[in-house]
Amino acid sequence: MDVRFINPFLNGTVQVLKTMAFVEPKAGKPFLKKDSLARGDISGIIGLTGSARGSLALSFSESSILKIVSNMLGEEIKTLNGDIKDAVGEITNMVSGAARKELETLGFNITAAIPTVVAGKDHSISHVLGGPSIIIPFETPQGPFVVDICIGNIVGQ
Amino acid sequence: MSVNKNLKILIVDDFATMRKVIRNLLKQGGFENVVEAEDGLAALKILKSQQVDFIISDWNMPNMSGLELLKAVRGDDELKALPFLMVTAEALKDNVVAAVKAGVSNYIVKPFTAEVLNEKIEKIVKSLAA
Repeated sequence: MDVRFINPFLNGTVQVLKTMAFVEPKAGKPFLKKDSLARGDISGIIGLTGSARGSLALSFSESSILKIVSNMLGEEIKTLNGDIKDAVGEITNMVSGAARKELETLGFNITAAIPTVVAGKDHSISHVLGGPSIIIPFETPQGPFVVDICIGNIVGQ
Repeated sequence: MSVNKNLKILIVDDFATMRKVIRNLLKQGGFENVVEAEDGLAALKILKSQQVDFIISDWNMPNMSGLELLKAVRGDDELKALPFLMVTAEALKDNVVAAVKAGVSNYIVKPFTAEVLNEKIEKIVKSLAA
């Protein structure tokens, strides 16, 4: 995977959570993931096409996403309910949008599909290209989450 | 000139949570007269059955997208003058050009704060009144 893809997704994630949920996550060191196991309790996944093809997933621990969505809605949410699933899809959509905007300035024109959300302990992430993927781990005061990206060859390059 | 905070605002978004988030952000700006629709088709039904003063619509929605809704509104003699704010994660140049060509009043890129949203609304309303 082209390493130029990492920073836009990292920056987009921080920007979205800081603006919409007043949470400032701290990024850790990216690493390679070879299996399909999600590194979280609930994940949003979105397909990407255009000058590059692949998918982006955000996998949140239950504790981190409860705080994030509670802040977004201005009301405390205590369980992984429909509001949380909805919000994970929207956060994934927004991170994808923010990252694609930054990628556009680097000359990549990428479009996104509609996100899907999967929840449950030990659920798997089905990347469009199968894998392996790059994991960017994040920490928040309430718990961890990861950005899980698998993007393939750049079309035309 | 101050903006009438009793404007009836229609929020169109397929994500119920995002509608709640926008409602929450509008409330912070003093706008509490709000109705909601889950896509462009549902929005058109509301627009045909009750008076709405301002539309805030997502771009990506099933059934009828925000851009299709915008075109339908601008093509309807009774609705065409309505202020239309497009809320989108799609800040790509082609999309912005398409929305401007279709007659969008302004657009706002997600993520955004309550302050930015309310400033956009006030700017649109004031420009129409000028």
